Formats: sequence, C-alpha cells, structure tokens
Amino acid sequence: MRIHVDGEKCQGHNRCYSLAPELFELDDYGTSHEIGDGVVPPELEERARLAVANCPEFAITIDEDGAP
Amino acid sequence: MTDLDRSVDERPGVGTAADRDAALQQVVGEGLHRDDESDRHPPVADWATDFDHTDPVWAADPYPIWDRLRDECPVAHTERYGGAWLPLTHELVSEVAYDTDHFSSRSIIVTESRPTHDLAPVGIAPPISSDPPFHHGARRLLLPEFTPKAIAPLEEFTRDYCRGLLDAVDGHDVVDAAIDYGQHIPVRVIAKMLGFPASDADKFRTFVYDALERVDRPPAERVETIGHLVDYISTQMAEHDAEPRDDLTTYLLNAEMDGEPITKRHVFGTIALLLLAGIDTTWSAIGASIWHLARTPADRERLVAEPELIPTAIEEFLRAYAPVTMARLVKDDFEFHGCPMQADDWVLLPFPSANRDPEAFERADEVVIDRAENRHAAFGLGIHRCLGSNLARLELRVAIETWLERYPNFTLADPDAVHWSGGQVRGPRILPIRILPT
Repeated sequence: MRIHVDGEKCQGHNRCYSLAPELFELDDYGTSHEIGDGVVPPELEERARLAVANCPEFAITIDEDGAP
Repeated sequence: MTDLDRSVDERPGVGTAADRDAALQQVVGEGLHRDDESDRHPPVADWATDFDHTDPVWAADPYPIWDRLRDECPVAHTERYGGAWLPLTHELVSEVAYDTDHFSSRSIIVTESRPTHDLAPVGIAPPISSDPPFHHGARRLLLPEFTPKAIAPLEEFTRDYCRGLLDAVDGHDVVDAAIDYGQHIPVRVIAKMLGFPASDADKFRTFVYDALERVDRPPAERVETIGHLVDYISTQMAEHDAEPRDDLTTYLLNAEMDGEPITKRHVFGTIALLLLAGIDTTWSAIGASIWHLARTPADRERLVAEPELIPTAIEEFLRAYAPVTMARLVKDDFEFHGCPMQADDWVLLPFPSANRDPEAFERADEVVIDRAENRHAAFGLGIHRCLGSNLARLELRVAIETWLERYPNFTLADPDAVHWSGGQVRGPRILPIRILPT
C-alpha cells in the first residue's frame, strides 16, 4: 500500500497527522506530506485508510497495490 | 490606500475619533438598513424564500429547517440583508468555498450593509477577509504560529486554567458550563498568545458580542461599538511598539510580506481577527459538547470510562454541532445552479448544514461518538480553512477532559433555560448544568 498527499489540495486540517503521525509529516506551515516514499507497512494500513477517510479536502490518495 | 490605512499608519493609534469613525464607516458600509426598529426582523414567512439566520427559531433548532431545505431547494434565498443566498448541501457549500473567482471574502459576516469595494483584496481582518493573491502571503505569515507543534506548549497552561475555573465553582450544585466555564477558556488562551492583559477578558467578550452577534444593528451604532475594539487594539499595538515582547503582537508588528513590513492596518486587522475569531466559536463548541453529554448519559459514561475516545468524540461533536457559518459576497452577476446571483449578494456557507447532509455522511442526523470516518467541514474548506483549528481542538479536548475528570455525572439543570446564540456562530450562551453525585 502506498499513500500520497496532494500538496495543492491540502489545507492543513492536520487530521492525517493526528491519526497517523507515523505516516505523515507537516512542514512549517502545517501542510502535510507523506513520510518518505509513502509506502505503508502492513501494520499501519488501517491507520492509512482512516487518515484518507478523515481528510475534509479529499487530498490523500491511496494505492492499495502500491509496491514497496 | 484607504482612510483606515492612513489613519492607522500615521501613528500607532488610529488618529482622531473622527478619523476612526470615517474609516469604520467604510468598513461597516452604508445604506441598506431600515431605521424602523419595529420591523427590522419580522418572523420568517417561508424559509426557502425569506430565510433569516438570526431568527429565534433558527437559533433554537436549525436542523429541521436545514433538513427540509436540503430536500426542497437546495439553495434558499432571502431579500433580507440586501439579498442573501443559502446553499444547504455539502456539495454546494464546498463548491462556493472553493470558488474564489466568483465569491469574495471582502466581508464574511452578513450585515445590513456591505463594506466598500476598495477594501478588497486585503479586507478588514486579513487573511480571513482577503482574496487571492494577497490572501496567500497574509495566511503564511500566521500558519507557523498555529501548527500542532507551535501550540503544544499551551496545553498545560490551558489545563491548569480549566481546573482553576472549576475550582472557583467547587461545591456548587449547578454550574453554568457556558458562563462559568466555556466562555473564559479561549479568551484566556488568545490573550496569552497576543500578550494582552488577562484582566481584560470581559472587554474581549463584549467586543465579540458587538462585532459578531449584533449584526442587525444600524451602521451608526455598529461604528460606535466597534470603535471601542479599534481603540483597545490600537493601544495594545502602541504599547508593544514601545516595549517589544515575546508574543504574537510583537511578532506581527515586525512581520514582513514580500520583503516589506506589513502595514499597521494589516497588523491591526489580523489582531482583531485573532482576538475575535477564536472566542465565541470555541466557546460554542465547548458548550455544545457539554450540552450533548448532559443529555446523553450513555455517551457521557462511555467517555468517562474510555477517555482515549475523547479526541474521536470531539470530531463528532464538531461535525454535529459545528458552530460556524461563514459568508461570501458575490463578485459579479452570475448564475449559480439556476440561482440568479447578483453582485454584492451575500452567500452564506452553513458548514453545520453540510455536516448534516445525508449524501455526505451516514447516519448524518445522529451523534455517533466513535464515528471513525468523519470528513466534517466544521473548520471550513479550501484556502480559508480555520487557521486556529489546532488550537480550537486543543482547547476543546482539554476543556472536555477536565470537565469529565471533575464531573463524571451531570445533567441539564433546566432544559428550558438553555439559550443558544443565533447568527453565524451558534452555541449555548446559557447552559445551567446540575452536578450529580458520582
């Protein structure tokens, strides 16, 4: 699984960061970015889906088959 | 450069009282109000064609109104306030929020009149009142001050302050969760961030009331009441100019945009925004959450037993009882989903109605405190997302944690005594809670 934050859509609600700080990081302006290459370890997949489902701006995409 | 620019830039204050009033006249606007007090706000005849968000029926319980309009319209209209539109669905509210080409933030509070056009794109309280491209820089100035990391140090202070408020009513059978508790918390926190005296809290609350809840008053009266706010902030700016400190006010006085110092007027407007925007909004959210828990024993018991669920429950309270409805002004005549919108018509953005749209949320009309998927729009959508949302969440969470820790068992003392504010910020202003034995 692989996640990606669209930096143009992200408005800094920070919901993903509060739900899955292992997967997202914030810049100095509160804009979110996936950590590293966005590959989600199996034990964090549920959290990744939760982050996606709580983004008010629909800014996070998830590729269920994203190769590590 | 506007009159307000001139008067504020010439000196730390805002010039003479006449300068100030002339500048405020421009902000408040002219002309559209009726002088006859008796018929200013007659009862709403039909919500689809004559809505009024300050009507007591709306304030007491807006949800059935929105549910019906969402099915029937889904964009309501009124001739009141010089013409205003009300989209109700999540889809349409989002569309307006994202469309900064057709809708301006020159004013975001619906009043009987409009601020003058030359205030755009900065507006009276940047960045909330700003349009692109100016908006971007004005917002970036503030964003680093409101990230989770930046505000985390305020948590302990907030918790101590909340505990102190409850200590002050220790032993009382009835505690007003709005008057004794909720209303004080955001005021104290923002005063600390801005470096304003804690003892001025009562003044701030009066400013909020005048600026945001007395929107139906004639322009002359609004100029006078808002003038007190202008004088207060100007004095604080002058004192911080003379004696810089480690706080947001000093930060703004020294701030630059595109390599140029920002104007005193910009600093003034931003301070006014920070002072006003977080107060009755967060106070409303705290009150609505306690109101819900007072009348829903199962939810209260569950949060007492599982405090780790509180952050999730708070998102649900924010969805279900979102306090804030924003507004925009139509830039030029155009047709929006069949609605013939005219330049300077108001468009309300009822995020609370969007949050109750069954097309966007399952069981939209129920409060589900462990709702896992919750894309609520309580803090708005798009470029004007509430800048203080992290701070509001921190205050709300700490306020509820502290309340439940002290009072695990409570109920409404008198449901009929609860009073909700109307207008664009809805929340309990009177909320007597009976404390029960544990």
